[in-house]
Amino acid sequence: MSTQAKQPMTMTQKILAAHAGKDFVAPGEFIQAKLDLVLGNDITAPPAIKEFTKLGQPAVFDNKRIALVPDHFTPNKDIQSAEQCRQMRVFAHDQSIENYFEIGEMGIEHALLPEKGLVVPGDVVIGADSHTCTYGALGAFSTGIGSTDMAAGMATGLCWFRVPEAIQFVLKGKLSEHVSGKDVILHIIGKIGVDGARYQSMEFVGEGVASLTMDDRFTIANMAIEAGAKNGIFPVDERTKAYLENRGKRPSVIFEADQDAVYAQVIEIDLAAIRPTVSFPHSPDNTRTIDEIERMEQEKGAITIDQVVIGSCTNGRLDDLRIAARYLKGKKVAKGVRVIIFPATQKIYLDALREGLIEIFIEAGAIVSTPTCGPCLGGHMGILAKGERAVATTNRNFIGRMGHTESEIYLASPAVAAASAVAGKIANPERA
Amino acid sequence: MSTSGRAFKFGDNIDTDVIIPARYLSTADPEILAKYCMIDIDDTFAGKVQKGDIMIGGRNFGCGSSREHAPIAIKGAGVSCVIAETFARIFYRNAFNIGLPIIECAEAARKIADGDEIRVDFESGKIENITKGETYQAQPLPPFMRDIIDGGGLIASIKKSRGEA
Repeated sequence: MSTQAKQPMTMTQKILAAHAGKDFVAPGEFIQAKLDLVLGNDITAPPAIKEFTKLGQPAVFDNKRIALVPDHFTPNKDIQSAEQCRQMRVFAHDQSIENYFEIGEMGIEHALLPEKGLVVPGDVVIGADSHTCTYGALGAFSTGIGSTDMAAGMATGLCWFRVPEAIQFVLKGKLSEHVSGKDVILHIIGKIGVDGARYQSMEFVGEGVASLTMDDRFTIANMAIEAGAKNGIFPVDERTKAYLENRGKRPSVIFEADQDAVYAQVIEIDLAAIRPTVSFPHSPDNTRTIDEIERMEQEKGAITIDQVVIGSCTNGRLDDLRIAARYLKGKKVAKGVRVIIFPATQKIYLDALREGLIEIFIEAGAIVSTPTCGPCLGGHMGILAKGERAVATTNRNFIGRMGHTESEIYLASPAVAAASAVAGKIANPERA
Repeated sequence: MSTSGRAFKFGDNIDTDVIIPARYLSTADPEILAKYCMIDIDDTFAGKVQKGDIMIGGRNFGCGSSREHAPIAIKGAGVSCVIAETFARIFYRNAFNIGLPIIECAEAARKIADGDEIRVDFESGKIENITKGETYQAQPLPPFMRDIIDGGGLIASIKKSRGEA
């Protein structure tokens, strides 16, 4: 319980204070916050439903504030996955959960929910999926939790939090031509490490924010967890408001950090200086710039690849597909390289189709999948055999993440991934 | 409340994919998950671990995916406690929520060797290395976390607070 006088707060602190019914919350303080949205998927919802059932409570706290998305092992990967999806479907039906998205309506959850306007600025969102931090791009406090927290959230509409300290990232300048949000966040994770922001909020501010597209911001916020952060968050600006127009399902509440808020660290990022960046096996913080990779190629030979994955909650949005199409248009993917592209939602898929992107992909020799998390977590739709290497626009490359323990994943932007697909090795999009 | 057992030592950044790979996530059954615990970095672990044994991690234990199946697998394998230098935050929450005791203690994490016999007293936070004849002191849990673990996990705590059994 805080008995401190009101002090300056970060954007995250302000949102948490408001949802805890307090004027001020201090880092380290434990609070109960009211939830605007509780999210689960086909893997994490079944254990949550089991725990919820133990409470013996007939109804969820608010059937309009729960979202259930079957995206991980779908379309049903096997019998057990079909059973897990069925459990979630039945629960959604029994509880009249309107934000249940069936195959045909669904998408990858962290692309789908913003698209549907289900998260708005000022929200507190929990999701039983670590990449729930994605919605920080919309100026919400959004964080990953486990199935039991999801169950408690569905029952009570509350979640406990320990208020985080914050790292402020001051962005200046703008990205150069072949560089995108993915390179920014990989650069940051490489710099601070996979526990560099452990338990902290990553608050992105500065004149450089304005030049970042919403897709850039979703990508950056998405990978806050890979630095160990509790959440990533962007201020609400004209771009955010334009995104939410005719889309946001609830009113926005805009919070701004106090000028004299206290940060554990302040890190300046010159967007113009960011280079295409790749995370080498087996950790997101094992980064190299494309320039280092080109030097390595001269000394030791190229890093040849077997598969390219373009998609995921990190980089499966329309801008990502447009970027990939730039490097694949009129080209062919290298012989022997399997290139799998995952538009993240049905709408993105349809928009890509209408823009001629799908044709570009197929003509280049890539394949295009329905929205699914698929190979990102080693589920299905493109698993790696022993000794195989993939370049992926996904978010984790731990041992065994996409298949055999002796396979390798190189995390990269859509530009690097598409350029590499054509070259058959990790390649520089600037030279494509 | 205390526990004792053999230490199984792992390194830094033990991620939840390595604790329980996604290919096993078609179930949340602790007995099934236990069989595959740590399989991708030590395929002998599940066969060797005995009820009461203790897992030792370095920094950022449990990082990566939020899968609650990770602490479920560890607990299902019979591990009575995880001691690490630091924990990733989602794993930390999940462990408390499902009733898997965890302790942050840098000294213990560094000095305990694989195979050491360890005794942990949860009340006092005292960790005894019986093999080496050393003792390490963990910080007491924040009262908030104590309440969750004393309540038997999050759901049980909620039931208690509602006046139910």
